[in-house]
Amino acid sequence: MKLPRHRYGRRLSYTDYIYNFFATISGLTVFNFEFFKQAFKPPLEIAEIKKHMDELGVKTFGIVSITGLIIGLVLAMQSQPVLQRFGASDFLPGMVALSVVRELGPVITALIFAGRVSSGIGAELGSMRVTEQIDAMEVSAINPFKFLVVTRVIATTMILPILSVYVIVIAIIGGYFAVIIAENMNFQYYIDSVIRAVQFGDFIPGVAKTFVFGYIVGIVGAYKGFTAEGGTEGVGRASTTSVVISSLLILIFDMILVKITLWLWPTIG
Amino acid sequence: MANDRVVEVKELTKRFGELTILEKISLVVHRAENLVVFGRSGQGKSVLLKCIIGLMNPTEGKIFINREDISKLSIKNLNKVRKNIGFLFQGSALYDSMTVRENLSFTLKRHSPQLNSKEIEDKVVQTLHLVSLADAVDKMPSELSGGMKKRIGLARSIIIDPELMLYDEPTTGLDPISSKEISQLILNLQKKLNMTSIIVTHDLICAEIIADRAIFLKDAKIAFEGSIQELTDSDNSFLRNFFSHEIIKETGV
Repeated sequence: MKLPRHRYGRRLSYTDYIYNFFATISGLTVFNFEFFKQAFKPPLEIAEIKKHMDELGVKTFGIVSITGLIIGLVLAMQSQPVLQRFGASDFLPGMVALSVVRELGPVITALIFAGRVSSGIGAELGSMRVTEQIDAMEVSAINPFKFLVVTRVIATTMILPILSVYVIVIAIIGGYFAVIIAENMNFQYYIDSVIRAVQFGDFIPGVAKTFVFGYIVGIVGAYKGFTAEGGTEGVGRASTTSVVISSLLILIFDMILVKITLWLWPTIG
Repeated sequence: MANDRVVEVKELTKRFGELTILEKISLVVHRAENLVVFGRSGQGKSVLLKCIIGLMNPTEGKIFINREDISKLSIKNLNKVRKNIGFLFQGSALYDSMTVRENLSFTLKRHSPQLNSKEIEDKVVQTLHLVSLADAVDKMPSELSGGMKKRIGLARSIIIDPELMLYDEPTTGLDPISSKEISQLILNLQKKLNMTSIIVTHDLICAEIIADRAIFLKDAKIAFEGSIQELTDSDNSFLRNFFSHEIIKETGV
């Protein structure tokens, strides 16, 4: 696998930045092809994938719980007076649930996940690269791409949908807290309204796109870490650029996937 | 004697852009021989090792390991050759997220899937005994001193019973006593396991203990080849200066 080298230095010109932009795009493309080439080759390193999934789950559980609760609370708090103005307070549970299931839950979880995990993978692999640990693996006739990259990318792709479903549930519960502060609504009625409003067709595209987001977080972090150069400065650069690129790609792919969903299943829209 | 050649480098040239690091280097290392590669920092000693192990591709020239031209090998066949080679990195390159036991068993498990966990554990403990660090088996690399890291790095390299060992500055950053101990350990292991070794260093004490033969790299070429005695007794003013003021020249003090 031949990857383009980036230009680093104290004074970079505009052409260097443009060159680096295209180097990243072409490098990521090659990296993606390599991933699919290696992903199904034995050994599958199942134990390593499970280990990473455990770590990622524990690492992000706290932060996504708080985020989910706050999303639901704030969304309900903001929407409640507006809906009341139009005499549509009864639609509040449905509106909170639909917003969270279709868009906010998956996207915000993915962005938090990118901040926490993509940077972590970028820093970890980057540090392994600059301290020659990846070279050590290679000279021991062990495929570092398979062991370090493929396992992490599969783990992020599998764990993000689970976290997103969890965040959706927490956010809907958070919405209920905001509702009972403002008006007297019992929990059973709130949940019934949520279930009436959210159809299966709302749920599937929302959660399905998180597989893509999880993959983006893993592959970008791994690419930046695996190709890091320039000592500790390079590790820092790998970590920060991983977050920036993966967050940006999540938003771009969200836009594309929403459009594709609406085009394929107009009734869902 | 041709069968005796473990490593053969023919007219190796390595360039990075305009910069020529190695130019038409040719050398042969025979079975069970210890070759020391001397040279000032930045003279391409580590690049030579990385070309031999296939981490870098030569710009020109050929490298044969056991008569196989490694530049023509597929990655699968190159890995077969690498299974017989140990490499000790300058910074030891221990896997940070693994304990010493996991560092040692990681390669062994993958290279010898027929071994059960008891056999792997026995081999790990036995190899750690060779480097006198059996007590460190459950330690993380961050808990080890520089000298201990080198020993564990050495243990990790020899656990696969390599035929050829490549050492990149094995004593750099160590105090003189630890440096001597590591050099003695390398020599003992080489004799015990009958390995062929290439040692990149600018530590004269280390070279005096280990070397059967030495080469000196200067200006991208081999400036000298012979025994350590011949090297240190040379009339060449540069070599005399290097060996008599080695530390002063390296630090610039």
